[in-house]
Amino acid sequence: MKNMIRPLLLAIAAVMTAGAAQAQNKVTITVASFPDLDRGVKAAIPLFQKINPNIEIKLASLAYPDHHTAMTTALATGANLPDVMAVDNDFIGKFAESGGLEDLAKAPYNAMQYRAKVAKFSYPQAMSGTGALNAMPVDIGPGAMFYRKDLTDKAGVSEADLTKSWESYIEAGKKVKAATGAYMLGNAVDIKDIYIRSGLKDGEGVYFDKKGQPLVTSARFVKAFELAKAARTAGIDGKIGAWSNEWTEGFKRDRIASQMMGAWLNGHLTNWLAKEQAGKWRSAQLPNNSFGYWGGSFYAIPKKAQNKAAAWEFIKFLTLNKEMQLEAFRKLDAFPSLIEAQNDAFLDQPIEYLGGQKARQQWKVAADKIQAIAVDKYDPVAREVVNAESRKSARTEQGHQDRPRRRTSHAEEARAPLIPGPRG
Amino acid sequence: MSEPLTPEASTAAPTAPRRKRTNLRARLRGWAPYLFISPFFVIFLVFGLFPLLFSVYLSFHRWEPAAGLSAMNWVGFENYVYIVLNDDWFHKSLYNTGWMAIVSGLPQHLVALPLAFFLHTAFGRWRNTVTGIYFLPFITSSVAISLVFSTLFSRDFGVVNASIAQLAQLPVFSWFLPEQNIDWGQPQYTKWMISFVVFWRYVGWNTVLYLSAMQTIPKDLFEAATMDGATRWQQFRHVVLPLLRPMIFFAVTLTIIGNLQLFEEPFILTGGTGGIDQAGKTAAMHMYATAFVDGDFGTASAVAWLLFMLIAVVTWLNNKLLGQKEDKA
Repeated sequence: MKNMIRPLLLAIAAVMTAGAAQAQNKVTITVASFPDLDRGVKAAIPLFQKINPNIEIKLASLAYPDHHTAMTTALATGANLPDVMAVDNDFIGKFAESGGLEDLAKAPYNAMQYRAKVAKFSYPQAMSGTGALNAMPVDIGPGAMFYRKDLTDKAGVSEADLTKSWESYIEAGKKVKAATGAYMLGNAVDIKDIYIRSGLKDGEGVYFDKKGQPLVTSARFVKAFELAKAARTAGIDGKIGAWSNEWTEGFKRDRIASQMMGAWLNGHLTNWLAKEQAGKWRSAQLPNNSFGYWGGSFYAIPKKAQNKAAAWEFIKFLTLNKEMQLEAFRKLDAFPSLIEAQNDAFLDQPIEYLGGQKARQQWKVAADKIQAIAVDKYDPVAREVVNAESRKSARTEQGHQDRPRRRTSHAEEARAPLIPGPRG
Repeated sequence: MSEPLTPEASTAAPTAPRRKRTNLRARLRGWAPYLFISPFFVIFLVFGLFPLLFSVYLSFHRWEPAAGLSAMNWVGFENYVYIVLNDDWFHKSLYNTGWMAIVSGLPQHLVALPLAFFLHTAFGRWRNTVTGIYFLPFITSSVAISLVFSTLFSRDFGVVNASIAQLAQLPVFSWFLPEQNIDWGQPQYTKWMISFVVFWRYVGWNTVLYLSAMQTIPKDLFEAATMDGATRWQQFRHVVLPLLRPMIFFAVTLTIIGNLQLFEEPFILTGGTGGIDQAGKTAAMHMYATAFVDGDFGTASAVAWLLFMLIAVVTWLNNKLLGQKEDKA
């Protein structure tokens, strides 16, 4: 009897210790995200916890601008930092250069081994000038041109007319305007946005070169402004800003014949922007063999995060798990960054809204051709300067030739207070 | 053996702790007032004084906040020099702020003063209801107001353009009204549009201020004036206006401070960009963009302090213009 009690007690002790250890190992990580990206996190939580029952996930979601402001403040003070931080494409340059995020290229993450697994242009976006990888891409936004087939048919314009070159696109726009009264595009500035992002040299950024010198006087920018100007002069744009009342109503009232944006626009068109026009829209590649991206999201780990190991597990699940990536694609129209997910049969499914087109395959082609564009922490400043100038430039009929020159001085001035060189 | 406890003995035992308690209570009582008012001071120190001093400190630094507190670099007055001498966008936003402060601020008072007098004399017991209606825009969220007005001023689908188009069909109006929809987002209209919204919002507030001041004017004065044969205009000019001077000073000061800090209305009406050619960008918007778009908190803090100094100077000038005469009076 005595012999039996001892092993039994030992067994009970062992179970209790294991239980205690398990309870001790249970960690809760905080994920900070923003709508709609947070839907991906919500979808991931139950799936992730099946595999990792010891990791609890707490989601803290704020509106898009508030999230990035809160994250800036958290990084500044080192307080209230989440374990996993969502970063949008527009902010990745600034955050990646900040030095406040973990370098995922180093041990224990060693994330460079996954580089070949994701869209090739997505890693460089999250890399700082020193080669540190500060975030993992979770979705990408390959650019596409959505156009109204019924309107272009009425004007006798083919898809080839739209995509052959920018000049043919503008010509087609004139025909569409004449035949249907609809504007070819919401805002001529869209052309500028695409043109400055296409045909870049490897390693070159949109606004700054490898050495951090501004590129806003380059031929690329001059041509971009000239094309936008030509579209404005031709009267084919509605002078409408994206996401404005005019823009959303323009879709509903058949006044906009095409819109160039990230492939994710399909979700917005389907769900709310142009619900009634189902079947009338199509997707095509951007004109003049341009391939660019709009948006894209990343997940990072702050250096001062509490549970880095668990955070990394969750990030890997969000970004490298095929099922999870496809789930986000299905639910959010978030195009997967993971190539394995891009090769799934789901991409072969016809999209009813786009008249049964297998557009996802088309977007994959675009994603493959997008070049790696380096980001710079001053990109937001440069973008603001260039956008302000382009709005001004597209407004007036004359005097646009000297704009790029004037613009450069603005860009350099805007950069001046931030870079250590001129003033430090 | 068991002697009954004497009264002294029975009280002596518990007195020691009681005295201690009394001492503690007395001491606490001494501190109680401070304890009760401490929440204000704690909150003021944390959310008022500290940010204020930190922003002064920050304005002498170059700091990228995402890099943490250790990334602050002392630059002295460089941020101030840069803003005053080189920052075109600040100069432009300051001009816009001043322009809109005058165009939206001045009419507020020119309308509110006679309006208050009119409400005071004409409405009798309905006065409060009418005043309430005028006051309504002031208590409505500025974000909601701005969104509603941006819809009204929408180029293709807005009520304003639709009304103009309707009016233009009438023979006389068609001579000067435009045939095409007005694009209110164009720079020549932006400041007017924002000023109109600001005027509309605050005219009721000023009316209430003036009305409340008018109600304190003794009725005898009006009666005496009436007996002397003064008209309504003469009463307004010679009785109401001089007696209202302190309130005019107060209301104008509030308008100056408010208008020089203008942010929400132009921010929402221009989609946060300041509009084409930054025609509607105010100094406060520029400060926000410098901090949260450019990530340059040092320069943004310097902008804030320059704006503070400007407000202080303008308020002082206002005091010279309106306030001092009151002292002499």
